[in-house]
Amino acid sequence: MRVPPFERFYEEQQNVVLAQLRRMLGRDAADDAFQETFLRALRAYSTLEHGRHLRAWALTIARNVALDALRRERVTSAELPDLESADEPLPYEELKRLTAELPQKERAAVFLRYGYDLSYDDIGAALGSSSEAARQATSSGVRRLRRKEQQ
Amino acid sequence: MTVSSDLDRRFRDAAASQGLLDVAYDLVDTPVGRLLVAVTDHGLCEISYDPDLEREEEQLARNFGARVLRSPKPTDETRRQLDEYFAGKRRDFDLAIDLRPARDFGRTVLHELARVPYGELTTYGALAARAGRPRAARAVGTVMNRNPVPIVLPCHRVVGSTGSLVGYGGGLDRKRTLLELEGALRPLDS
Repeated sequence: MRVPPFERFYEEQQNVVLAQLRRMLGRDAADDAFQETFLRALRAYSTLEHGRHLRAWALTIARNVALDALRRERVTSAELPDLESADEPLPYEELKRLTAELPQKERAAVFLRYGYDLSYDDIGAALGSSSEAARQATSSGVRRLRRKEQQ
Repeated sequence: MTVSSDLDRRFRDAAASQGLLDVAYDLVDTPVGRLLVAVTDHGLCEISYDPDLEREEEQLARNFGARVLRSPKPTDETRRQLDEYFAGKRRDFDLAIDLRPARDFGRTVLHELARVPYGELTTYGALAARAGRPRAARAVGTVMNRNPVPIVLPCHRVVGSTGSLVGYGGGLDRKRTLLELEGALRPLDS
């Protein structure tokens, strides 16, 4: 299967890419990440050897761009609310502040679980891992936040 | 989830300004219809009448590389000169042209074609002679029919030895319109 002209690839993948970036980063940061995702895809496009699995490829680039963006954010952390007993998804800004110092994968998992109320299956899909790995990353992130709170 | 037109435009501009495209193209409205105009680093590489976008993109990708994207800015200079031409304010195009896919005789013929002046007619046979193969009028017709950048390379100025218009990739009506614009043909109804 030949690599399609980039225009076709861009038209076909732009909506799913933006949806994933908004889930991971929120609306504003997703716009910058959207542009960066497709610029990275363009830089690598000539090296593609076939046109299969282009959606998975695009979503992988988007996930890496989003994780980079999350890693760059350095926000001072503060006290931790009881995540697991909260009824409502936490406000984005508060969650961002609380999780700023977590390792990137745990931070993304905690975000998606408690900020966006995603299932572990969905989190695993977004992070490119199994749902069990997503569950472990989430609970490990929460444990790390608790330890920090108790210090 | 739909990408806003602003976000879309920013990406298309950035892709071009960072030099990441093999081909940038856009659509340009003119008195002879909507044209696809495509540009590479080497210059203008295609003008198409009645473009079927997916087919054009495939062909551009085969000829120049898969990084084909609709992106208006790189085509601005061509658009400006076409506007001036159709307004009667420009007689010669000052544009680099990318003829890399053209081979041998075809390329020689297109170089000769570029020298046919505004408002003048020549014949397939005369052009064949100038390209060094005086008996190749029919082959010149084939090259004209596949001219990658009509209007800018003026295949509309090439007619049969009897003066009949013969043919045109964009249709004879357009050939007549262009020649009337240049004053090389009297309008039919005059």
